[in-house]
Amino acid sequence: MDVEILSRLQFAFTIAFHYIYPPLSIGLGLIMVIMEGLYLRTKEPVYEQMARFWTKIFALTFGIGVATGIVMEFEFGTNWATYSRYVGDVFGSALAAEGIFAFALESGFLGILLFGWNRVSPRVHFIATIGVFFGSLFSAVWIVVANSWQQTPAGFHVVGEGMQARAEITDFWAMVFNPSSVDRLLHVWIGAFLAGAFLVLSVHAYYLLKERYVELSKKAFKIALGVATVFSLAQLLTGHHSADGVAVNQPAKLAALEGHFDSLAVADAYVFGWVDKENQEVTGLKVPGGLSFLLHYDFETPVRGLNSFPKDERPSALNAIFQFYHLMVAIGMALIALTLFASLQWWRGTLFSHRWLLWVFVFSVLLPNIANQVGWFAAEMGRQPWVVYGLLRTSDALSAAVTANQVLFSLILFAIIYTLLFVLFLYLLNKKIKAGPESGEQVQHSSRQEGMVGRLGV
Amino acid sequence: MPTILGIDYPTLWFLVVGGLFSGYAILDGFDLGAGALHLFFQKEESRRIALNAIGPVWDGNEVWLVIGGGALFAGFPVLYATLFSGMYIPFMLFLAFLIFRAVSIEFRSKEKMKWWRQMWDVSYSISSAMLAVLLGVVLGNVLLGMEIGPSQEFEGNWVEFLNPYALLVGFTTLALFTTHGALYLLMKTEGRLYAKLTILARRAMIFFLTTFALLTLYTLIYIPHLSDRFKDVSWLFIVPVLAFLSIANIPRLISKRKYGQAFFFSGLTMALLLIVVAIELYPVLILSTIDKAYSITIYNAASSSRSMSIMLLIAAIGAPLVLSYTAFVFWTFRGKVELDETSY
Repeated sequence: MDVEILSRLQFAFTIAFHYIYPPLSIGLGLIMVIMEGLYLRTKEPVYEQMARFWTKIFALTFGIGVATGIVMEFEFGTNWATYSRYVGDVFGSALAAEGIFAFALESGFLGILLFGWNRVSPRVHFIATIGVFFGSLFSAVWIVVANSWQQTPAGFHVVGEGMQARAEITDFWAMVFNPSSVDRLLHVWIGAFLAGAFLVLSVHAYYLLKERYVELSKKAFKIALGVATVFSLAQLLTGHHSADGVAVNQPAKLAALEGHFDSLAVADAYVFGWVDKENQEVTGLKVPGGLSFLLHYDFETPVRGLNSFPKDERPSALNAIFQFYHLMVAIGMALIALTLFASLQWWRGTLFSHRWLLWVFVFSVLLPNIANQVGWFAAEMGRQPWVVYGLLRTSDALSAAVTANQVLFSLILFAIIYTLLFVLFLYLLNKKIKAGPESGEQVQHSSRQEGMVGRLGV
Repeated sequence: MPTILGIDYPTLWFLVVGGLFSGYAILDGFDLGAGALHLFFQKEESRRIALNAIGPVWDGNEVWLVIGGGALFAGFPVLYATLFSGMYIPFMLFLAFLIFRAVSIEFRSKEKMKWWRQMWDVSYSISSAMLAVLLGVVLGNVLLGMEIGPSQEFEGNWVEFLNPYALLVGFTTLALFTTHGALYLLMKTEGRLYAKLTILARRAMIFFLTTFALLTLYTLIYIPHLSDRFKDVSWLFIVPVLAFLSIANIPRLISKRKYGQAFFFSGLTMALLLIVVAIELYPVLILSTIDKAYSITIYNAASSSRSMSIMLLIAAIGAPLVLSYTAFVFWTFRGKVELDETSY
């Protein structure tokens, strides 16, 4: 295998693995802020108890997220040296901002969030939780801005030619607010909230089925269900808006998402299907003219198809892109149906009387996590063959100094480490869930805390 | 070229990056040093205390590396690309050990079995030590220069990073971090562990003095070009003099049992030694051993002035924020370690 395939495989593998954790951390962060906020408001210990429990799970996801995140930063230099030279001037300021405004904030307050329960007052602890949550939100801002710039470059000009060419920033805010960054950021944030909310729903549904921590779990389940319902619906809006943006800014990607080849034809929207790239056909269940309608609110308007692009400017893995995209959409719809149905039961007062519904929630945690992964696969594979859309090809972005054997070595290294890490993660997650939240008596407040409160004057 | 106070942007950013790496060395240096010493502590209780001494801060400390790396990428993308791709294997190993250190800290306390804890202790300690060595190895290669070709790409063989000089810098780094870590732990512990650390700190100091003396000799004899700047601008010699004085002060304070002050001076030593490195290199970042003209300098590797000015503004806004909550966290967890139910 050549350096390009291996480097792409390695980047895809390391970032997909990494992306299991930050969305969970962001989503759990939101839930923890709500729980601690309710504790401060109501002074009911049950909220503190659940916040402490989820903090422990958060520590696990956050820790692995940080450890696996630095890998990507380094890989820009190690595996994608030409890309780094090309985008450094533009990308660099976003990355620098991410480090200084986001990572420092979340890691700084993390110590207090995890170890400060007995050292600072509940209010200061609440501020630390908010600090970590905002830090994680900001880190998503900057990395999504950087990625969106690769999808829809703006605020730059190209200097030099050939291998010496590079993009230089001309307008920072145009770079930050490039055409796709806001839509995609909202989509990513909400995807993360859903990942976190469904983890909470899953665990507390499990406790309810096992009749453990019943009162606590009912309260926690309702908090998470509220979050999940609101954001499942909101995700439909951001998703639709994102697709509109893709149609304008990356028409080849849009055509690939629905397997649309012929520019003169009306574009269909598929519920599911199979793309035959050779014969340029899609077999499946479709809404005729559906894509035309979604984009132009008219079933008759033609949409630009893949055939209108030169062969070497089309994404190649058409069926994979189609499948990933449709899986994401299907999951999004399923989450809306599930949360609306559960909310209806809540309103009727029968939320916890259907065991089958609780079982569905136990396993539903997989859905938003899968959607987050395949959504990114569709977005990134749809951008090919470009690493920076229309400017720099992925095949030109590699490191000249690196050989295939070196990348093979590191790919195997990461495969081993990450497999081990994932097994341990599941094992420890399972263990923490089995152990459950500590009861009120176990949550001891040391006298030291009261002293601290006095000294901090809060 | 635009300037601030007569200093051009690439030079300013060179100082910013230098400051970030100094901060990283001083902060994560004690974590890594404490980790390298971990297996010398025999009792479970001692190991837990040592781990919890860095528990609330190691993650924040590691962020300095992320920011330093980001700053290097942003300010000198050419250097970032050439150095990282040219030293592929050491950087990949560095990442692997970084992951192992993080997960060892997180996972060890999650089970009570003896073998489980022993396994993560070994992995934690080896990872910490190897991270220190690898940081030094990369620094050693930067000091030595690399085979950079006309297109600013590394053209040498991938095994070249393992040369005696780089290894010597690696061990010196490990020795200094270990001393720094021992001094940090002395401020954080009591009783038997404290007594043990007083011995370890002395040994680490002797380890450092030995490697450092060798390294200095080696540099002066075999890499004379690194001394050129001091010959041209003789008043700069004050910096290595200060570094030596700072180093000499550490054993003096250790023998007086003033560990807090000794810790300050081991941190200061790192900063001063990195300033010596900066003076030796500036304005070259990596000397090309093929042809001097191919060298990567702060000028031919730099981002545009516009990009630099944006980033300088970001740094100016961000730095006080980072420093203030870093200080708040250290203040919250000041004093000797007390284990409670939230500890590792």
